[in-house]
Amino acid sequence: MTTPILSIRGVSRTFTSSHGQTLALQATDLEVAENDFVTILGPSGCGKSTLLRIVAGLDQPSQGQVLLDGQTVKGPGADRGMVFQSYTLFPWLNVLDNVAFGLRERGIPRRAQIEVAEEFLEKVGLQNFARHYPKQLSGGMQQRTALARALANQPRMLLMDEPFGALDHQTRELMQELLLGIWERERKTVLFVTHDIDEAIFMGSRVVVMSARPGRIKSDLAAPFPHPRHYSIKTTPEFAALKRELTEQLRVEVLSAQG
Amino acid sequence: MRPLTPVAPRTRVVLGISFFILFTAVWAIATLGGFVSKTFLADPISMLRSGYVLLTQMGFATDIGMTVWRVLGGFIIAALLALPLGVLMGAYKPIEAFFEPFVSFARYLPASAFIPLLMLWVGIGEAQKLAVIFIGSFFQLVLMIAVAVGNTRRDLVEAAYTLGVSDAGLLKRVLLPGAAPGIAEILRMVLGWAWTYVIVAELIGASSGIGHMITDSQALLATDQIIFGIIVIGLIGLCSDFAFKAANRRLFPWAQL
Repeated sequence: MTTPILSIRGVSRTFTSSHGQTLALQATDLEVAENDFVTILGPSGCGKSTLLRIVAGLDQPSQGQVLLDGQTVKGPGADRGMVFQSYTLFPWLNVLDNVAFGLRERGIPRRAQIEVAEEFLEKVGLQNFARHYPKQLSGGMQQRTALARALANQPRMLLMDEPFGALDHQTRELMQELLLGIWERERKTVLFVTHDIDEAIFMGSRVVVMSARPGRIKSDLAAPFPHPRHYSIKTTPEFAALKRELTEQLRVEVLSAQG
Repeated sequence: MRPLTPVAPRTRVVLGISFFILFTAVWAIATLGGFVSKTFLADPISMLRSGYVLLTQMGFATDIGMTVWRVLGGFIIAALLALPLGVLMGAYKPIEAFFEPFVSFARYLPASAFIPLLMLWVGIGEAQKLAVIFIGSFFQLVLMIAVAVGNTRRDLVEAAYTLGVSDAGLLKRVLLPGAAPGIAEILRMVLGWAWTYVIVAELIGASSGIGHMITDSQALLATDQIIFGIIVIGLIGLCSDFAFKAANRRLFPWAQL
């Protein structure tokens, strides 16, 4: 294995409230190699989003540390682009200016901003919606814009927190293919959190399963399907076998979470 | 009629105007029909007639001009100072913790009760009128603007941080534009309150303005003039409200979608 771009070392997270302390995430180790697509699969409330937010620098670990290219992560930064489950486009900016947001912050000349933003809008198929405001777009289009916004900023890696979770089933499948297609061309390193087993297998080269709260990494399986992947692989026996395996693992966790 | 079902724009205008007509009709019947004594309430026709006299022969237009300039002057000074303080309080929690308790206290101090003190401090000139409006609107503005900025969606803030925004950039490019339509709405509301303060300030120790005309008319029991003055205030308020709403629609098209 090449040197990892991302190392998560002994990261745990305890939340303190008036009722006492809750351990959300047990000491977790995970390494992500350059250009890899790792999906984190877990039942809701297992701390997978907490882990991703710690990698993003939006939350601080109670113990342990996150290293990006050997440097400790101290806070959020442009080197880790993120796509959220909720719609987080800036409603006062049109689609083009949303995509150019990070570029403008870096002081890139306006003409270059527009050029890059238009290039990435084309990659997500929204070149004809550059002047629309987010509220004029469907949920799927908003998430495509959010993806273009994260990618246009040229981050070292992409963090995705159930980005298609709020979309209907059909739109979600199209979004998966779109993202996978972009990844197959650009090989950006991706850490992708989901509770959808099909999504985790179809998208990921590696599927990391997390246990119920307090979360820890339960297993780490390869999803050895060749690229480019076609959506039809979802009906192959190999896919079904891996899905059965993951369903069992996840089911145990959901049951134990319910006590 | 079903709850929350919207009404067509035309019907809306027609309904809005009909109540004005109904209101005037009831007033006309009560006064012209002789149900209410002229000493207590003038009828609409003599109100309009004396309004015409006020405007053409008694220089009431100057009074209106004075009142408008006092409201705008006091309000603009209050807004210019309240904006930066409110934005900083909304954005930076230690600043909020420092000012918020005092501003919350100060906003319950009745502006009109300051009039005797202000006359002592700055006399009965224009400064006193501006000061009353300032006291009445500044503290309200600060608190409401701070809340508007502080209510910025946290997920937008987090998204901006993952795009590499600096703290100063966050204030300029996320907190301010996100809160701008809310702040414009706050300015519109508080300007309406400023109108009530100016009249109170003019009722006491003024030699011009709509409020002064009203006190003068009271001495003469000229209820027609008093009502005309009150209606003029209402009309100006209505116009400034329309202007503000139109400006907001133009400035923040994204907030109207």
